Amino acid sequence: MNVIVIIATFICVVGLSTIFSLLYRGVDRKLVAHMQGRVGPPVVQPFRDVRKLLMKENIIPDGAISWLFTAAPFICLITSALLLFYIPLFGQEALLGGYGDAILVIYLLILPSLALVLAGFASSSPYATVGAQREMVIMMSYELPLAITVVSLAWRIGRVADNPFMFSTIAESPIWSLVGPLGTIGSLILLFALLVVTTGEAGKVPFDIAEAETEIAGGLLVEYSGRNLCLFYLADIIKTFALASLVVALFIPYNLSPLVGIGAPVLAGIVDGLFFLVKAFAVMLISISVIRTAVARFKISQASWVYIIAMTLISLFGLILLSVDLMVS
Amino acid sequence: MMQEETKKATYTIPVGPIHPALKEPIRLALTVDGEEIVDADVFVGQVHRGIEWLGMNRNNPVQSIYLAERICGICNISHPFSLVMAVEQAAGITPPPRAEYIRAIIAEMERIHSHLLWAGVAAHEIGFDTVFYLVWRVREEIMDLVEYVTGNRVTKAMFQIGGLRRDITEEQFPRIRQSLDYYKSVFDQLKRVFLDDKTIQMRTRNVGILKKEDALKLLICGPSGRASGVPKDVRQDQPYAAYADLDIKAMTPDMVTGTVVGDVYDRIIVRLLEVKQAIEIIEQCLEKMPPGPILAQPKIAVLLKALTQAEGEGIGRAEAPRGEVIHYVRLEAGQSTLATWKVRAPTYVNLMAVPTILKGMQIADVPIIFASLDPCMSCTNRMIITDRALRKKSIMSYEEMHRLSLQKTEKLRR
Repeated sequence: MNVIVIIATFICVVGLSTIFSLLYRGVDRKLVAHMQGRVGPPVVQPFRDVRKLLMKENIIPDGAISWLFTAAPFICLITSALLLFYIPLFGQEALLGGYGDAILVIYLLILPSLALVLAGFASSSPYATVGAQREMVIMMSYELPLAITVVSLAWRIGRVADNPFMFSTIAESPIWSLVGPLGTIGSLILLFALLVVTTGEAGKVPFDIAEAETEIAGGLLVEYSGRNLCLFYLADIIKTFALASLVVALFIPYNLSPLVGIGAPVLAGIVDGLFFLVKAFAVMLISISVIRTAVARFKISQASWVYIIAMTLISLFGLILLSVDLMVS
Repeated sequence: MMQEETKKATYTIPVGPIHPALKEPIRLALTVDGEEIVDADVFVGQVHRGIEWLGMNRNNPVQSIYLAERICGICNISHPFSLVMAVEQAAGITPPPRAEYIRAIIAEMERIHSHLLWAGVAAHEIGFDTVFYLVWRVREEIMDLVEYVTGNRVTKAMFQIGGLRRDITEEQFPRIRQSLDYYKSVFDQLKRVFLDDKTIQMRTRNVGILKKEDALKLLICGPSGRASGVPKDVRQDQPYAAYADLDIKAMTPDMVTGTVVGDVYDRIIVRLLEVKQAIEIIEQCLEKMPPGPILAQPKIAVLLKALTQAEGEGIGRAEAPRGEVIHYVRLEAGQSTLATWKVRAPTYVNLMAVPTILKGMQIADVPIIFASLDPCMSCTNRMIITDRALRKKSIMSYEEMHRLSLQKTEKLRR
């Protein structure tokens, strides 16, 4: 009985998240279209895309390493979905929150990218090979600022609480309630760095270098079609949603129900869930939609520079501000 | 696909014939080391249509004008313009002055639309789709104007040997001026978007540099040459049509930045300046346009008879948006069609720069560098040898071509 409930909860979370992430992708496309002065596709377009891709023929190129080529999309989707169990969603505790913390999530974030790299190398197309190389470089570049941001945050929270990497600890003592004015500026800088990292993790313009359709014709995914492409499409969408949730969990872990004084658990759950969606939407709007509209695609060397030098220095500066704030107070 | 191992552990990436970065089929073979391009080669010959042969086998030269219009979808004023000038030179026909002015006006309209189209494509190549949509929306205005003046959006069918087929009347002036005013009002915004945007600068500054010496050596023409600091412009150097009456100066990037680098950014500057120049030229033309007929010989039968009797050769040179278009025509007495028709489109010479400007760059730069020359493949393709019996296709080598040229010269001497 208990096992069934647990499995049902898991399916429910994955299902809900998938639906909302697809919806968010639709909203994102519509918003970007309006910002560019276009009409854009209907909001439900991602659902239609998935349905269409599932109906299409699945082609495996002759030169490809067949088993790896077929396995990579599954690995990518499964690892992306795995993220959903460890990150708090809809204002609730993470499902497996007791078994994994922010460090684990950082490691898990690498896996979908690794699956993409595998897919690229397994396709045996020069475009995919170049795409895979680029994906690896960009992956290694954003790890450093990402790690600095998360560690700085946990270090500051660790001063007042145990287990600072647990999302529940972060939610109990949000960073903003601990720091003074200098620390607030430092935290804002860290938030900015994390938002930029989110763009790169999600692989959107200006960091869509691994796909870059005008340069390498879709790069990593150039040989994929049908069901396999659909799995990558879903994985990308779910990962984007998970990334937005991660930013929410780290920096805006507030819930609305205690503030407005709603006590009833079901109603509070609904209110918190909706509030979470608003927060996640705000993160996506900034780090995906607006950035995507406002800039051109970087070259791989420029993107690396942005992350390894610029973003690392910025996040280190945020960390310094946090520690100065601690010394002052 | 094509993946060869060489000693330097480089590998070959084929770009094209079909590739999202290329709007028309051409093949670039890039030898890359990681992301860096070690060597590049160009293979043309994917869209050969035998258009010169067709043009020599129409019923008369007037029909060939419409074929010339279809050499290129974008330069469909420049090509008939040069052909008509070549035929007029060969047959000794002088078009009336009013026709010369209207020809200049529509040629400049074409320049505006072509440069804006290019700007949008360039933005798309560097992944800046917002600018792509912005520019193409701005471009719609000139397309509407072209449709208003000529009756068509794309193939305008305006040219006739010895003049034009349609007049621009006084009543049409306000509508034309309205469009020009619109472009003057958005010009500063366009300039700001392209020249001040940080990411556009990152992607275009010091990318695909063509030095002045190289540009002169490779005979690069048009905006690509001018961006390298070669102040060459047919409208300025050998004015045709109404351009002699107007004040025209070749645009070079140092007018804005003070220096000439010869990179993609400079090519953007030159094209933007030329859009502004084109607006001014149209305004001047509208002011100075003399009254009078638009055709030297309105009776088509008389014209055709004159062309059949004419004997001689002519060269038409026009400054197309991409550079200098040259049409060579020979007429023989008693032959109603063109005896010889040879077209040289600007891309043909500009492609020579591709290996030079790609070397040492990154793969990510290829689309924007290649697009910065504003290449037009279908204008360029001339000859491909097809052996149907052996099912073999080959492209003539330099030695073979040289040998045949010598043979031909010998034959002519005799």
